[in-house]
Amino acid sequence: MAEQLATGSRRGLRPALPLLLPAYLWLTVAIFLPLSAMVFFSFMTDLPLAGKEWSFTLGNYAAFFSQSLYLTLLLASLRLGLEVTLWCVVIGYPAAYVLAKVLKGRSREAIFLLVILPFWSNGLVRIFSWAMVLREGGILDITLNAVLPFKINIDLMYSYPAVIIGLVHSYVPYMVLTCYLTLQAIDDSLIEAGRSLGASRLQMLKRVIIPLSMPGLIAGAALIFVPVVGSFMEPRILGGRTGTFYGTVIEDQFVAVFNWPLGAALSFILLAVVLVILALAAPVLRRAG
Amino acid sequence: MATTRILEWVGRFYIFLLLGFLYLPIIIMALMSFNASPFYQLPFEWTTDWYASLWQNDQLIAATWNSIEIAIITTVISTVLGSAASLALYRYEFRGKKFLQALLFPPIAIPWLITGTAMLIFFFGIGIGRGLIAILLGHVALALPYVIVVVSARLQTFAPELEEAARSLGANQWQVTVRVTLPWIMPGVIAGGLFAFAVSFDQFVVSYFLSTPGQTTLPVEIYAAIRKGFTPEINAVSTIIIVVSMALMLLTARFFKFGGEK
Repeated sequence: MAEQLATGSRRGLRPALPLLLPAYLWLTVAIFLPLSAMVFFSFMTDLPLAGKEWSFTLGNYAAFFSQSLYLTLLLASLRLGLEVTLWCVVIGYPAAYVLAKVLKGRSREAIFLLVILPFWSNGLVRIFSWAMVLREGGILDITLNAVLPFKINIDLMYSYPAVIIGLVHSYVPYMVLTCYLTLQAIDDSLIEAGRSLGASRLQMLKRVIIPLSMPGLIAGAALIFVPVVGSFMEPRILGGRTGTFYGTVIEDQFVAVFNWPLGAALSFILLAVVLVILALAAPVLRRAG
Repeated sequence: MATTRILEWVGRFYIFLLLGFLYLPIIIMALMSFNASPFYQLPFEWTTDWYASLWQNDQLIAATWNSIEIAIITTVISTVLGSAASLALYRYEFRGKKFLQALLFPPIAIPWLITGTAMLIFFFGIGIGRGLIAILLGHVALALPYVIVVVSARLQTFAPELEEAARSLGANQWQVTVRVTLPWIMPGVIAGGLFAFAVSFDQFVVSYFLSTPGQTTLPVEIYAAIRKGFTPEINAVSTIIIVVSMALMLLTARFFKFGGEK
């Protein structure tokens, strides 16, 4: 393989260690040890700080399974993740197609950058900006009432749809990016060949284009679904009282209720769910990457 | 052919709509930060009062300085450590290399809520506690995988024969790295550094769990202010942040193509 020739011109871990160690030590201290510690704490009755009494317990996990509240909220978060992901596919895929197959040259590059740009800007601020649009007397309310002949009150702020809109706005660039990468790799001559053999546009889409871009779709879906299930700031700001999800309950355990062991158990359950999803998507992600 | 043309124009119009969806709320927020009414009432009356009053808000200014300092230190540390690790992963072949590369994936893929709460527990357990040091520890760890991925991507375009040639001409390892390899991967290093800055400067979730009232960053301060109620001041500071972070990413894009054309 060319890649093997290109990389690893020299053998052995020893000369590589001084270069590798600082970065991986840092990752261990700040990511991998904390994740392990979280698992450990989730089996404790209390934090072993300031001489507090503690012992091992399964109580925190029992709390999850015995009180339907947590399971209900986890399901609500999974549903939220699913809905947001679907909207991102519906909105993002056609855009990726136009970018990859219709636009050419400089305009494609510029528009691609414009689509990706918000994704790398501050997520909190972007969520907040929807508050201006969605609230009663906001821009959406005023515009619709100016256009429509009858009076309607648009007050989407603090509602489930507001949370969906905010999250889709946050994550749709991801879907555009991953689908664009796979769509762009499809040879144009393949599409021309299919068309000249008499396939209709719809047939080409169903039989050729969508199957070939499936890795991008799945990669995008995984990369959107996972963070949405763990979201708490977006539901808090846009959902108000209706914005109670699994993520916000975990947040509460750490910043309001101060039941850290329960919070750790809830976090770990979420991590398990996330890992299962990523493991399912991993083969596809590897091929797409 | 006519239908193809029509479909292409529908496609272009669709992209236009998507860009509207992506940018309208941001534009409206920016406009409202220049509107005199504190309750966002129309008609629009131009003012820069809200920006002026930002300067009186000591808490916000302190948090801004914290954010900038942490972002700069994060950038320096993660760029140096990350570039070194990328070089090692590129240059050497050893057992467990695939595993080390796979280890970069979890910090990016695991939701920040989980990483953040785990850091909080661990840092408390080992006595670091919350505060700016904890935030810095976390930010560098979040930025490192991005730096390594970006620099490694650039290294893939580097021909190892160049290093071999320099070596055969008598250059030692240090000279090869500084005179040959580093200049070539510089665009990747700069892009990685800008990524690191953005990851840190825009980071909210992890900072949120690791901050204390005195030691906090700008996004955490904004979140607290939003939850107390909206004020035009938040619009003003948010507008500044979004302009800064978008400018930063435009700069990054100059150095690093986002995938695609290789």
